[in-house]
Amino acid sequence: MISIKNLHASVNGKKILNGINLEIKAGEIHAIMGPNGSGKSTLSSVLAGHPDYEVTEGEIIFNGKNLLELEAENRAREGLFLAFQYPVEIPGVSNINFLKTAINEIREYNGLEQMAAKDFLAMVKEKQKLVELDGKLTNRSVNEGFSGGEKKRNEIFQLAMLEPKLAILDETDSGLDIDALKIVANGVNMLKNKNNAFIVITHYQRLLDYIIPDFVHVLYNGKIVKSGTKEMALELEAKGYDEVKKEFDFKK
Amino acid sequence: MKLEKSQTAQHIIEKISATASKVGFISDTVLSNALLQIENVGIPNNKHEDYKYCNIDSILKKEFKNIEQNFINVTAINEYKIKDTITLVVVNGNYSEALSDKIILKGLQVHSFANIDSSANKLISTIADVQKDVFIAMNTAFCSNGFYLKIQKGEKLKMPIHIIYISGSETEALVNSRNFIELEEQSEATIIEEQILIGQGKVFTNFLSEKFISKNAKLNSTLFQNEGHLGYSVNTNQIKQEQDSQYHNHTITLSGQLVRNNHNVLLAGQNSEANLNGLFYSKENQIIDNHTLMDHQAPHCESNELYKGIIKDKSTGVFNGKIFVRKDAQKTNAYQSSKNILLSDDASIYAKPQLEIYANDVKCSHGTSTGKIDEKALFYLNTRGIGKESAKKLLLRSFAQEIINKIEPESLKEKITLFFEKNL
Ligand SMILES: Nc1ncnc2c1ncn2[C@@H]1O[C@H](COP(=O)(O)OP(=O)(O)OP(=O)(O)O)[C@@H](O)[C@H]1O
Ligand SMILES: [Mg+2]
Repeated sequence: MISIKNLHASVNGKKILNGINLEIKAGEIHAIMGPNGSGKSTLSSVLAGHPDYEVTEGEIIFNGKNLLELEAENRAREGLFLAFQYPVEIPGVSNINFLKTAINEIREYNGLEQMAAKDFLAMVKEKQKLVELDGKLTNRSVNEGFSGGEKKRNEIFQLAMLEPKLAILDETDSGLDIDALKIVANGVNMLKNKNNAFIVITHYQRLLDYIIPDFVHVLYNGKIVKSGTKEMALELEAKGYDEVKKEFDFKK
Repeated sequence: MKLEKSQTAQHIIEKISATASKVGFISDTVLSNALLQIENVGIPNNKHEDYKYCNIDSILKKEFKNIEQNFINVTAINEYKIKDTITLVVVNGNYSEALSDKIILKGLQVHSFANIDSSANKLISTIADVQKDVFIAMNTAFCSNGFYLKIQKGEKLKMPIHIIYISGSETEALVNSRNFIELEEQSEATIIEEQILIGQGKVFTNFLSEKFISKNAKLNSTLFQNEGHLGYSVNTNQIKQEQDSQYHNHTITLSGQLVRNNHNVLLAGQNSEANLNGLFYSKENQIIDNHTLMDHQAPHCESNELYKGIIKDKSTGVFNGKIFVRKDAQKTNAYQSSKNILLSDDASIYAKPQLEIYANDVKCSHGTSTGKIDEKALFYLNTRGIGKESAKKLLLRSFAQEIINKIEPESLKEKITLFFEKNL
């Protein structure tokens, strides 16, 4: 699905990613954990194609394509999706209109016809149910005045609508109450199949009880310093990052 | 300095007085006052505080050196019509009975200035004061055969009125277009005014509309301006409201090489309400300059102004909103807001509120904001597969929607939306 090799990136002249290597295959779920400021959201932004982030070294191959050569919109059209840690409010643009535009531009890029209005509405209904998103929210402006939890749920709703190949969930669990967490996790589990993959960024082992990862990675100082299975997340929860940090700082 | 200014005015007077229609609906006193005013003040340049950002003197000197009044004779206007409205047509400043709809709508009266009775005649020039602005004076001295429109007492017009002001010339030309719209007590109307330019020549239009909204009357109006790069205009909308009256206006400017709007509302009777909504979109090296004046003279009135500008390329946008609250205008509520998006580093916006409050029990607020297109929102849309251009359009459309959504009737809203989209 995606292969990240020796990725170095900086923003505003500040170096943040220091050689990330990551292989993800279709059907897999990878969790990324790591202390605040370690570069998790930066990695998401770089993957999504944020223009402010400069890749100084390394390569990313996404389904056979050089991802770094693609503009953000074309990455999305190729099947990459980022659920933002801080979703953006867009006053005046209705959720529905926004999604319709998105879906049709993605379809056009992939040589498909525009989606019929009635199919689109049916899909909205179905996916709304999947993430138990209040119908009223879909008629409002994108994220405008949404509560923190509603914004996160809206991200998963968009994920469900756009059906990407690779979805990155950047702390989608933070700010969610326990019921919402279950709903979001349930949504992800229903969307998961052997042809897609997920990167789940989180601080809490709790989420991984619901979304079971195949691999867990620890990001520290812009590098993946430790990789393992879901048991590692439990260990980290118990011990914190001290050991990881010490080990890494010692090596350095 | 003064001599130089008068020369531009003199040049214009010589050129247009020959073709200006000699209709006798303006009294000799008013006329001589107007001429004197032109003589004394001249055409304003950028040293004139009110015309700081649109130096009309220099524009006239540069762009209208060879005025020849070679007007185009308009014979068909079908393509401009809006369904389910009464169409009235003004060609190069002259009311055209031939092109206007014959439909007789209960409560509606329209006459060219040449055909008005003495009671209507007395009203003309009572709202627009020749001393206030030289373009009012110029229009008063040289206006063409415009029209007087009346909605009779207690009548609520069943259909909107669509007034098409169409001008065109193959050479440089000047038009002085004028009208008087009267809503008698308890009447209601929706009026659409649309300014269109055809032909290959530059046209400078000095437009003046006096609107009198009597007690308990309600006017919903839209001014739609889209004259393109050959259109230069100063448009004065002079409104007077009596007590318990309502005025809702939408001024939509989608193009024009120079568009100066002087929108002056006098709230003369208590409990009246005025709402001005503006949307302008300037590009290339156009100048779109909106000046509003909300003059609260009576107590218990409310005014709201919301102007939104999109300024592209090297163009200039201006919003200058004056609010006067006179000493008798207690319990006034006056709100004003101007929001602008600059689409390039070379675009300029000058937004300035001016409040003068002489009463002590009032609520007034004003605010202006100017920004670039929201990069965060743009990126968010891009990550959903929406391309750069359509993402930008989506954001601009949503910015404009707040104004466009208020427009009535629906058919006009659709027309303006279409033109707006084409412009994006
Ligand atoms: N646009 C930027 N300009 C300057 N510094 C930035 C920028 N974006 C990120 N950084 C810095 O890069 C580092 C990594 O930030 P990032 O947001 O990737 O961390 P994170 O791992 O997602 O943290 P958290 O767990 O708190 O979400 C931080 O020190 C942050 O301040
Ligand atoms: Mg983060």
